[in-house]
Amino acid sequence: MHIIQQVIFVLVAAAAIYFFTKQVIRIRKNILLGRDEDLSDNKEQRWKNMFIFALGQKKMFTNPLVAFLHLIVYIGFIIINIEMLEIVLDGITGQHRLFVPFLGDCYTWLINSFEILAFLVLAACVVFLFRRHVVKVNRFTKPELEGAPTRDAAIILFTEIVLMSLFLFMNAADRLLQDAGVAHYTSTAPFLISSHIASWLNGTSPNALMLMERAAWWLHIIGIFAFLNYLPFSKHLHIVMAFPNSFYASLRPVGQMENMPIVQKEVVLMLQPERANEFPETDPNAPIKFGAKDVQDLSWKNLMDAYSCSECGRCTAACPANQTGKKLSPRKVMMDTRDRLEEVGLLLEKNAEVPVEGNLLDRIRVEELRACTTCNACVQACPLNISPLDIILQLRRSLVMEDSNVPNEWAMMFGNLENNQGPWKFSNEDRANWRNA
Amino acid sequence: MNVKLMSEMMATGENPEVLFWVGCAGSFDQRVQRITKAFAEILNKVGVSFAILGPEEVCTGDPARRAGNEMVFQMMANMNIQVLNGYGIKKIVTTCPHCFNTLKNEYPELGGNYEVVHHATYLQELIDAGRIRIEEGGSMKGKKITFHDSCYLGRANNIYEAPRQVLQALDADLVEMKSCRTNGLCCGAGGAQVFKEDEPGQTRINIARTEEAIATGASVVAAACPFCMIMWEDGVKQKGVENQIELKDIAELIAERIKD
Repeated sequence: MHIIQQVIFVLVAAAAIYFFTKQVIRIRKNILLGRDEDLSDNKEQRWKNMFIFALGQKKMFTNPLVAFLHLIVYIGFIIINIEMLEIVLDGITGQHRLFVPFLGDCYTWLINSFEILAFLVLAACVVFLFRRHVVKVNRFTKPELEGAPTRDAAIILFTEIVLMSLFLFMNAADRLLQDAGVAHYTSTAPFLISSHIASWLNGTSPNALMLMERAAWWLHIIGIFAFLNYLPFSKHLHIVMAFPNSFYASLRPVGQMENMPIVQKEVVLMLQPERANEFPETDPNAPIKFGAKDVQDLSWKNLMDAYSCSECGRCTAACPANQTGKKLSPRKVMMDTRDRLEEVGLLLEKNAEVPVEGNLLDRIRVEELRACTTCNACVQACPLNISPLDIILQLRRSLVMEDSNVPNEWAMMFGNLENNQGPWKFSNEDRANWRNA
Repeated sequence: MNVKLMSEMMATGENPEVLFWVGCAGSFDQRVQRITKAFAEILNKVGVSFAILGPEEVCTGDPARRAGNEMVFQMMANMNIQVLNGYGIKKIVTTCPHCFNTLKNEYPELGGNYEVVHHATYLQELIDAGRIRIEEGGSMKGKKITFHDSCYLGRANNIYEAPRQVLQALDADLVEMKSCRTNGLCCGAGGAQVFKEDEPGQTRINIARTEEAIATGASVVAAACPFCMIMWEDGVKQKGVENQIELKDIAELIAERIKD
């Protein structure tokens, strides 16, 4: 009997890891569809940022209560995975509570803390569901969350609640089986939370308890494997992506836009031809792109941002355009980028030879891009240091430079800059006239 | 007003301590010209030797770049850098956070390296050094005043305290709006928005921001950006509170109260 369970366990675990790895490789490949950007500088600062923003979740603490609940769920998730080590080893070896003999009293202490955490995670997830579906916090009710994204969030919270309950029920059934002196159930001290649950189950027959314990054990572990394989298709991926994303986050001042050396060169050749030798020869036949029209034109870091987004909507809540009812939502920019990237990845997987149909501008509309004041509120608000602004500005460049898609007033402003060196129709000769005004 | 052009200074062999970058709004917008004059007046009173570029200054290119027109940006930047480098400029002070951000953060990789200071920081340093002394008492005492963070000064360049310290020197009662500092609500001008109509929406950003100021009960809104000023002027008019809320740049407030 045990050996069958062991074999099934090893097969399930291997399959879970295999499929998860496949998804990780797919996502990595998708991210690398983006254009190159060298972010290998200043390693020390980058490690620091990863520590502060990913592990320390610094920006979450703008709202301390939510940050605290989020931290509980996060720590719970990480710490309880230590218990997973025992569960996995038990599964492979067919033992039960393999660590008891090694850890002694320490084991009781550990499982007690896991149980408390499990309970707190459960409670936090209930609060989160409440905020989303009963209180309906504003940033969770925006149109881009309708349908699948809202379902995704609910699935995550519901799964966590179920997994935590299974863990506690498993220990409760285990407690009663120990008390009944059933063989195989290693004796431990009573645990804080599960001993209470055990009292509800008093009077259940040992066979039913064994069934319960095994069912809880299996559902818990299969649930975790299933969740692992759900991650790559969910906003919950941020739990992993937060780390590389904080590491590679831009270290430029946020007000600094990325330079376009190709345009710089063009202008220098035009205005200062004597400086031509400063610029390396470029292949005149190489295709030139101005700004971004599709995901492949964005940098790989923009694409990593897209996979890191947890759809929390702090950016959108902070966005002045969104607050005043404009179509722009920085969160939607990130979600559209990710969805388009997934689509492009899939199309390329099917046939890498055929040019991909459509582009990112089919999803993010001109009206949204035009509403941005470049105020950086979205960048400031993002707990994961994502920059929706960087994507918006690259798309704007494409609209103007590739498509000449420019509102009249901007066309006039550009004209004034070219002719009068200022955005208005004043002669530049009059620039110092304010002295006599 | 006695303000010399860089070309005039060079002709007499003078070398100014600092170049005052006036910017397009500061040069041409009638409301913002008052800010420019106030700041120049302060520099004159304090005895800072400075010059402006006048017709040799062109737009930094910020609105073109943010609208998506890199070509025009690069042209503007190239012209400015040639002039600035030609004069061997070391230090620039500007009353415009957009010019400040572009000169400070975007010109270096194009070959323009200068020490660039925004006038909020510059005024704060002059006050700290005792070079600016404020008259006792005066009209600001006990008045409620609120400061509007410019996005390009605040979030883009992390300058939140300098303008507030300048206001503290005025003995005013500084109150904060609902969103301030890192959470400050934009005035609606940035990203070249000031040069076009808003996209369709429920309200305008400067209206929303004006409402936040009204809620504080402040009688003065202080700004440190000419484009914020333009948006605010419009916002208080739209809300019909132009008699209730006075709009001042920090330089204007200092110029009103500076000791000779």
